[in-house]
Amino acid sequence: MIPAEFDYQAPRSLADALGLLRATPGAKVLSGGMSLLPALKQRLLELPLLVDLGRVPGLDGIARRGERFVLGARATHAAIGISPVLEGLTLVAEAAHEIGDLQVRNLGTIGGSLVHADPAADWPAVFLALDGDARVVGSQGERTVPAARFFTGMLSTAVGPDEVVTEITLAARAGRVGSAYVKMRQPASGFAVVGVAAIVLLDARGRCEHIALGVTGINAVPFRASSAERKLTGTPLADADVASACAAIEEADPLGDLFASAPYRRHLLSVYARRAIARARERAAR
Amino acid sequence: MPTMKTLIGARVTRVEDPRLVRGLGSYVDDIQLPRMLHAAFVRSQHAAGRVRAIDAARALVVPGVVAAFTYEDMRGEVGRTPIVFPPQQDAPRPLLADGVVVHVGQPLAVVIAEDRYAARDGALAVEVDIEPLPAVVDMEAALAPGAPRVHAALPDNVCFRAVSDNPRTDELFRAAAGTVKLRLVNQRVAPVSMEGRAVLAQWDDGAQKLTVWTSTQMPHGVKQQLAINLGIPETRIRAIAPDVGGGFGAKIPAYSEDFVLGWVTRRLARPVKWSETRAENLLATTHGRAHVEYVEAAYTADGEVTGLRLRTVADVGAFASFVGAMVPNETPMMVCGCYNIQAVSSELVEVYTNTMQVEAYRGAGRPEAAYIIERVMDAVAAALGRDPVEVRRRNFIPSDAFPYTTPTGAAYDSGNYPIALDRACELFDYAGARRAQAQARGEGRLVGIGVASFTEVCAFGPSALALPGMRSGFWESAHVRVEPTGSATVMTGTSPHGQGGVTTFAQIVGDILGLPLEDVVVLHSDTDVVTHGVGTFGSRALAVGGSAVKMAADRVLGKARRIAAHLLEVHERDLEFADGMFSAVGGGPRITFREVAMAAHVWNRPVPNEDPGLEAVARFDPAGFTFPFATQICQVEVDPDTGQIEIQRYVSVDDVGHVINPLLVDGQRLGGIVQGLGQAWVEEIRYDEGGQLVTGSLMDYAVPRASMFPRFELDTTVTPTPLNPLGAKGVGELGTIGAAPCLVNAVLDALRPLGVTQLDMPLKPERVWQAIAAAPGAPR
Repeated sequence: MIPAEFDYQAPRSLADALGLLRATPGAKVLSGGMSLLPALKQRLLELPLLVDLGRVPGLDGIARRGERFVLGARATHAAIGISPVLEGLTLVAEAAHEIGDLQVRNLGTIGGSLVHADPAADWPAVFLALDGDARVVGSQGERTVPAARFFTGMLSTAVGPDEVVTEITLAARAGRVGSAYVKMRQPASGFAVVGVAAIVLLDARGRCEHIALGVTGINAVPFRASSAERKLTGTPLADADVASACAAIEEADPLGDLFASAPYRRHLLSVYARRAIARARERAAR
Repeated sequence: MPTMKTLIGARVTRVEDPRLVRGLGSYVDDIQLPRMLHAAFVRSQHAAGRVRAIDAARALVVPGVVAAFTYEDMRGEVGRTPIVFPPQQDAPRPLLADGVVVHVGQPLAVVIAEDRYAARDGALAVEVDIEPLPAVVDMEAALAPGAPRVHAALPDNVCFRAVSDNPRTDELFRAAAGTVKLRLVNQRVAPVSMEGRAVLAQWDDGAQKLTVWTSTQMPHGVKQQLAINLGIPETRIRAIAPDVGGGFGAKIPAYSEDFVLGWVTRRLARPVKWSETRAENLLATTHGRAHVEYVEAAYTADGEVTGLRLRTVADVGAFASFVGAMVPNETPMMVCGCYNIQAVSSELVEVYTNTMQVEAYRGAGRPEAAYIIERVMDAVAAALGRDPVEVRRRNFIPSDAFPYTTPTGAAYDSGNYPIALDRACELFDYAGARRAQAQARGEGRLVGIGVASFTEVCAFGPSALALPGMRSGFWESAHVRVEPTGSATVMTGTSPHGQGGVTTFAQIVGDILGLPLEDVVVLHSDTDVVTHGVGTFGSRALAVGGSAVKMAADRVLGKARRIAAHLLEVHERDLEFADGMFSAVGGGPRITFREVAMAAHVWNRPVPNEDPGLEAVARFDPAGFTFPFATQICQVEVDPDTGQIEIQRYVSVDDVGHVINPLLVDGQRLGGIVQGLGQAWVEEIRYDEGGQLVTGSLMDYAVPRASMFPRFELDTTVTPTPLNPLGAKGVGELGTIGAAPCLVNAVLDALRPLGVTQLDMPLKPERVWQAIAAAPGAPR
């Protein structure tokens, strides 16, 4: 666990951080480092410079802005998990508390996790289910990347090497809304064997007005189970309908590994999607 | 704080902890010496191959690298990596690869640098040219004709074979009402001590003396092995185990790295340190278990298990480790467990494979035995439709049969198995739990109850069974020295590394000499301070080392009594000792122990026929092994949709003989049980077919975590051993030994209504889910 030599800078402004990234090809942003530092220590990665965002002010706020929740990219999992601003958005707290262990939650950040784009990380499922946006700042200026276009492959995103994610926004929904994040933890890593983030909005008659299912741990890239969402929108979310929709999620293209084979993961997705919807529906109906 | 006669048996908190929890401990890696260098090892990426070339000089271009060595540099100056139980087909392990590599992670070269970063960079710069050869990873495949041979010099991959055929077994099978037959995999696991291995070696050229700080369970053994390997007289070697963060058997042997650093520090005349990374810990520190067993049991209509046939195949890895070839012998020896089995026929085959060595691991051969017989008992109960508790009770060795020798030759000292089983059933409300289970089953829930009753071997061991290569029998020494002010220093040859031996031994001495705990200091694990020792393993520290401590303290008290009698001018017989005070029976003159200690040192009133001072040395060689026992009962519920297991309740009633410190016994039981459950549930070292380690980090290799378990419900019964003066049997491994079969039996019990009869460890959710899906009664 001994990394190769690298430089380290902790700029005090975003502009300085961007300047360092632009000036040093191959440099990477450090925002928590809960995946990056182990990769360096195992020499899976060697790089010339780490640009630590820890001293850039204003990147760790958690607030509500109109119809969106705004999370600074450097907000830690622990801070998000206990934020009163997010009270009521149950799946966010549930996902935050499922990440790693206490130390990881105290140091790891939502921006760092999303940009790392581990196919089994927890935040991507939430980010997708809540129609998230990432605000990305680079030398060319600012842009907003919606969750649907954020993940471009295993461990890769639409964020450029000289860009920095500064904040994440998530949709705030009013009305009879309920949400849940359910996960099977890999017992060694704590990452998701499968993780499903569900949000359900019921109309006055108890029918499903809106449903979103973010899925992690299954494919190389986290995804929305849009096929199941389509089948279930407008229905009363009867158990049989939910079960059949969850049993045939077309977007699933599961990876297999030592812990869980691809067919088992496909099966788990149907179980966990069903459970996430059931829990969200129950909370919405309350 | 309890003092004096209340110390033995008291729930005293560990005196070690205020240091350790405040970060004031000192592990090998904490030690810094002037001019200290750092080592990094170049390791084989191939499971089998011929070494064409190693260009170690490449490392020297890295700034900060001081030297790089291969086996060629030390050839003729060093011995093989030692073993103390030579197998029939021996394959010596060189310190660094000598022309061939036989497992991934085998050290090929060592790079020495000014800091550990440069050492690592240097190691990566070394060029290695290896011609890959076919590897064999699976132990049963290694026995097949035509399998690749791990060692070209041997005719096949058999390391050791022991056969014990008992014609009586065949008779019992012929007379049996029924038989059960099982193939059981006891998978390879990693010990994963919190602190990895580490060694710091310093050659003092002036004193011509080698000092080695190493993270070991037996510093005196390391000293002897260094002497043998490096050809340095043992008078010029000092081995120190400073704080050691766990060992679990993997720190019994001295490793290549220990000897290589001993050689390097002499060569360079500078201290050299190496601390393994976690990746190296999983790759190149010994593993445990790795058995496949075939067992067949004959039983009567009444549920009496009469005979066993056992074939154990044990993977020793690419070389036999220090006691690696001995450990599997414990399995056939202990296969009868708590039961009155009439005859056993067994075959043990130890096999070389292209994998890391397999060594003792918490329980060492006995967990495998308990797993076999406890799975058998449940299979017999299921075959007869009987309750597993009833079948166990039916088969127990009767309590009046002790001392008892099993048909496999294990001489049990004492036992009373029904009391632990009864207490466990009472604590668990076994009958009530079975009623609740029936109701849950009616609702379609998969609730299971598992039982394991077991015994095991502790107190290693009588020196009659000494392994000559250790240069010592298994006897243990203790030295109790009382200072003039009456406080005591204890030196023990055991080597506590997490068990709390410092606390326990202080309790024994404080109790005997009437001293408060803080007035007793225990020293250990430095061969220049403690003249003789064997170490801490095999649940021996208290039963063997503690007995020596008790004997030494008794001798000190005897001498203090003689001095007191002289000073008080009364006869010894008329003196009583209580609360730190000698007083004449029925009133009269008194003198405190502290005053006696001062008088013993000042010696201005010399005692005839006595030497001045107040100290004693004692050595204890046990007459036999001790056999603690226990019953564990647990309840699980299996999620039929995912195969996930929830452990809902866990009861353990243990009988370890007399207990010095119930708090430490609880700690050993909790850690032990969880370690056994870890194997049953999540742990598994896996190599791919080519011999690459695929569980090479803690992201892939799961260890048990507190959040996985319910509150453990513990109780004890007390059946002392007659074989040592403390009556204590040992507790370090007990929990581990029964936990795996307890959990597996519970999960099989949960799935029994579906028709599932066999599961192997670890009980990963996918494996359980597949068993459910494939079962005759699977929910469709």
